[in-house]
Amino acid sequence: MSTLTLDQPVASAATETILSLNNIEVVYDHVILVLKGVSLSVPRGGIVAILGANGAGKTTTLKAISNLLKAERGEVTKGSIVFAGERVDRMSPNELVRRGCIQVMEGRHCFGHLSIEENLLTGAFTRRDGNAAIKRDLEKIYELFPRLKQRRNSQAGYTSGGEQQMCAVGRAMMSKPKMILLDEPSMGLAPQIVEEIFEIVRRLNAEDGVSFLVAEQNTNMALRYATYGYIMETGRVVMDGEAKALRENEDVKEFYLGVAEGNKKSFREVKSYKRRKRWLS
Amino acid sequence: MSDATLRPIAGINFNSFRVRAALILAAVLLLGIIGIRFDSSGTLHKIFVDPFDQMVSAPDLLVQTIWEGLVSGVLYALIALGFVLIFKASGVFNFAQGIMVVFAALTLVGLYEKGVPAFLAVILTLGVMFVLAVAIERVVLRPLVNQPDIILFMATFGITYFLIGLGETVFGGNPKQMITDQLHLPRGAIELKLFGGFVSLQKIDIAAAIIASLMIAVLAVFFQYTRIGRALRAVADSHKAALSVGISLNQIWVIVWFTAGIVALITGIMWGARSDVSFALEIVALKALPVLILGGFTSIPGAIIGGLIIGIGEKLGEFYWGPLIGGGIESWLAYFIALGFLLFRPQGLFGDKIIERI
Repeated sequence: MSTLTLDQPVASAATETILSLNNIEVVYDHVILVLKGVSLSVPRGGIVAILGANGAGKTTTLKAISNLLKAERGEVTKGSIVFAGERVDRMSPNELVRRGCIQVMEGRHCFGHLSIEENLLTGAFTRRDGNAAIKRDLEKIYELFPRLKQRRNSQAGYTSGGEQQMCAVGRAMMSKPKMILLDEPSMGLAPQIVEEIFEIVRRLNAEDGVSFLVAEQNTNMALRYATYGYIMETGRVVMDGEAKALRENEDVKEFYLGVAEGNKKSFREVKSYKRRKRWLS
Repeated sequence: MSDATLRPIAGINFNSFRVRAALILAAVLLLGIIGIRFDSSGTLHKIFVDPFDQMVSAPDLLVQTIWEGLVSGVLYALIALGFVLIFKASGVFNFAQGIMVVFAALTLVGLYEKGVPAFLAVILTLGVMFVLAVAIERVVLRPLVNQPDIILFMATFGITYFLIGLGETVFGGNPKQMITDQLHLPRGAIELKLFGGFVSLQKIDIAAAIIASLMIAVLAVFFQYTRIGRALRAVADSHKAALSVGISLNQIWVIVWFTAGIVALITGIMWGARSDVSFALEIVALKALPVLILGGFTSIPGAIIGGLIIGIGEKLGEFYWGPLIGGGIESWLAYFIALGFLLFRPQGLFGDKIIERI
């Protein structure tokens, strides 16, 4: 079944870490400090969510890992990123994709003038295992996303938002990743489609053992599918825990899930989280 | 007029490009016809009727003119192709394309003069163009990545003057003869009997047209069906997304600049065979501008068809309408046509329509 990640056992011994960030700081344009010491880790075969409001630093964190920051004049100035036992913070996105870590960017970013099938095939750019294997994986993607098969010859720019998101995830899968960094898969999509996409994330995780790090504003959805969650505020991780524990935490309920006990509070009363100085830990 | 005939007219959308163009054309024709009736001095007759009379009465001259236009059009198209390749893949308008043509041709001739056999010289020149592509990527593009487009554009000016200097230092500034015979390019002309007259076709022009078409076909197949070609189109679509799937921009840029270098070499050989190889050739690169405006900056078929239209239009204009104002139309007519296009269809004939979802 697991044609996409042959070289890796479906992880169950969850203690092994595939990705860890230690105290990373990110500076944009040499002056703007965006991440102020973020540490997190993803177990092999896990689904981990990064939650938080706009501007909390979720996307920056993912881009720091995949090293797409450089294209936006950002830079990791402190800390280290280790993927599959190897320091990766100085690697180009190309090298990182070769090692099995690929990002699906926020807003999908399909190649609008290429057909869906060509989009998927660009995902296999870094592969060297021959056309037959690529064809096989393409069929596998089509089996996961039957809608993409119907629209394989349409220009991606003319497909719907949901189809583009599926195309983006499928394209990432074509690189045979060990880990996918998924940025806001729910953005601008109907709840039903979001559900569908998260179901596929779960399936890829279970069947192929792909690890996921998902940045999401849709806290509710993300915590249903993730095993572990980190909550970020203004460039710091302010809370983390098992998804279940987070779901039941009163503060999380209040701030992110929109279920407050008692009277609705005004924004003035909403306090920022006490920042644990994680860089001292 | 009855209601029934009016209704569909009322349904026409007067803002649509085609309808507006048709209206303008109709108005011009109407004015022309009215003008000819009241035209005492015969000026309008000379502009609107006489040239077409000449075309009909001497078809062999017309064919000759169109053929010459076609050939220069093919060469314009080749230069424009070099621009389009680089523009699509790196968003850089490469001012240095013209000098790359000269530089490639000079290198070829220079190597031959140093005693290298002709075909080996071609291969070595390709090698030089590859080294140039790598050097440009390392020294110019990579450090300037993510800078505004205008800065990259200015950098290509720098490349231009660097190449002029380098070329003059190494090969000297004197015009050189292209090694046409040594490359087994045909010489002389074919005389064709046509419509009771003669049309003479230069063999080198025929060769140029065939080689250019072949190269364009190869490029089209390369872009459409290969892994690298697909990656090139992906990069042209979105740099960021291409980065995110692990396409290495540095590698793509080298490939694209090298391809542009190959195109430049072939253009250089063909232009060089028709005149001689000198830095004055660089000027023809400017002719590529109206071609690009006509065809669209992002379209390869556009570059080709734009080149042909400009080439043929220029020659026809020069031959039939030029004498009316004392000749010399050829040097500016192309820009004039381009200006018209900018007013009515700024993305060019085949420029990418921007697909955007909201």
